[in-house]
Amino acid sequence: YFLLNFNPFDNLLCILLGISFTVWFTLLLVFIIVPAIFGVSFGIRQLYMKTLLKIFEVSVNHLSVCTAIIAKEPTSLEEEIKEIRRSGSNRDLDHASEFEMSDIFYFCRQGVESIMDDEVTKRFSAEELESWNLLTRSNYNFQHISLRLTVLWGLGVVIRYGFLLPLRVTLAFTGVGLLVVLTSIIGFLPNGRMKNFLSEQVHLMCYRICVRALTAIITYHDSENKPKNGGICVANHTSPIDVIILASDGCYAMVGQIHGGLMGVIQKSMVKACPHIWFERSEVKDRHLVAKRLSDHVEDKTKLPILIFPEGTCINNTSVMMFKKGSFEIGSTVYPVAIKYDPRFGDAFWNSSQFGMVNYLLRMMSSWAIVCSVWYLPPMTREEGEDAVQFANRVKAAIARQGGLVDLLWDGGLKRGKVKDTFKEEQQKLYSKMLVGTQEDRSRS
Amino acid sequence: MGSRASTLLREEEIEEIKKETGFSHSQITRLYSRFTSLDKGENGTLSREDFQRIPELAINPLGDRIINAFFPEGEDQVNFRGFMRTLAHFRPIEDNEKNKDPIASEPLNSRSNKLLFAFRLYDLDRDDKISRDELLQVLRMMVGVNISDEQLGSIADRTIQEADQNGDNSISFNEFIKVGNVYILYIDIDIDI
Repeated sequence: YFLLNFNPFDNLLCILLGISFTVWFTLLLVFIIVPAIFGVSFGIRQLYMKTLLKIFEVSVNHLSVCTAIIAKEPTSLEEEIKEIRRSGSNRDLDHASEFEMSDIFYFCRQGVESIMDDEVTKRFSAEELESWNLLTRSNYNFQHISLRLTVLWGLGVVIRYGFLLPLRVTLAFTGVGLLVVLTSIIGFLPNGRMKNFLSEQVHLMCYRICVRALTAIITYHDSENKPKNGGICVANHTSPIDVIILASDGCYAMVGQIHGGLMGVIQKSMVKACPHIWFERSEVKDRHLVAKRLSDHVEDKTKLPILIFPEGTCINNTSVMMFKKGSFEIGSTVYPVAIKYDPRFGDAFWNSSQFGMVNYLLRMMSSWAIVCSVWYLPPMTREEGEDAVQFANRVKAAIARQGGLVDLLWDGGLKRGKVKDTFKEEQQKLYSKMLVGTQEDRSRS
Repeated sequence: MGSRASTLLREEEIEEIKKETGFSHSQITRLYSRFTSLDKGENGTLSREDFQRIPELAINPLGDRIINAFFPEGEDQVNFRGFMRTLAHFRPIEDNEKNKDPIASEPLNSRSNKLLFAFRLYDLDRDDKISRDELLQVLRMMVGVNISDEQLGSIADRTIQEADQNGDNSISFNEFIKVGNVYILYIDIDIDI
């Protein structure tokens, strides 16, 4: 009976499916996986990027938006309040600087300016584009969308979700799967040069597959400055993808907290093949323990350079925020790296309060591409008389300058937490000095 | 899509706000974008917490008073109209506004209204007088712990002495105008669109 119910069309369907899968995987292998293993490229992604740019230029050149609200100039509290007092034409300039009722105008204006536009809160949400890139998610201020644009957008949706997304997801699974399996196998080898070599090759290969899984088009600059063993590589942080971008061009020891779930599985198998530095959740708070493990690692010159993101959280790639001083206290050579994403092809910023990791990765894989530039800056070491904080700020300034990012002193932790009272106290101290002078001035008069 | 409110501002509303505040069309839409990005609860209004999340405002010694100025008497939420009405005080006076018909209602950004805004930062109980206590409160906010009570007290006394004309040991709005009028345009903010 079963034979009678067997439809010849099912047979044909099976054969067709079988053939298409085989073709699909062969193409995948030839054009993506094999080049990833050897680190070569056919240039398909570059061609894709050029085509996209042409399309954007031709179709979307009328939609643009102004981004700044106020043009603020850097001034000091003292200068500004003196300026207010001077603006009264009948004021005697030698009059001792006592309190004036108009002094509040300074704080008033500063406050309202920051309400209209401030330097910090906008770093924690996606950067606004100047012109639309045909993705719904980046369309907020752009109205007047013509029929032609809607058609292009529709086509874009079909291509991105129907073709690119499945392709990328397949690659992602392949890349991650290979990483877990191969690093576990390498873990069985005895420690030595062969193990290190194989581990490096496996890590590189799997990261390269992941790069293709995101259609990431990366331009590396100044590769002669690439981090060496015994050093610490620091970079500005925009997304977890930063790791994939850097690690597909060089081998690093990762630092981080052990997670549960899939992430934990990946972390545990990676550390079998080469010494990454994973911390238990409880150990993360112990700064001395963290510092000790890091310095032990950098002293061993056979171990790979450590990769650290001193901001401690993801920022939206328009600025660099305060670097935590921990990595700069260790005393080894620091290799700064600047990463700048091109937001026209896809916004790489991970707003963790908005999306979870899986949601974020899906958004990444359904964008046009991830295009970025990486600059390897010349190595820096702590100078005489410089403390860790000054060193950290110097490195941060270099990265900001190279990447074309705004250099901010504000802490990335402000994404979630409140600002410290010490900043307000500083303002109060400055103003008090204006009213009554310092102790020395008072005792002199 | 994402955290930005998908409700765009209606044209009629923009026109009304334009008439009331004098801001241009593009300034209003830009500030609406800012309003929605501050509105974390996405309910079309801002609470005091929404303002306090701005670090530069949180470290301003007069931050709380400024935030207070946005909220009408006894209310905890401010909508976009109210937001714009308060911001309107900081709009520079344009030349074509100076010779307006005196019978028409006074614009929000007139010199007098700007001075009233500043006056109200001092006059918390809204009795139209800045008492010695109210002055001391504001002074204390601005200097923190760096000046002694004594010294602050004498600064307050000197200030009231200079400004008080009718001898009631407090500063009325008219007396405040005499002291602050020549400086008040400092608070104008140029919105660059």
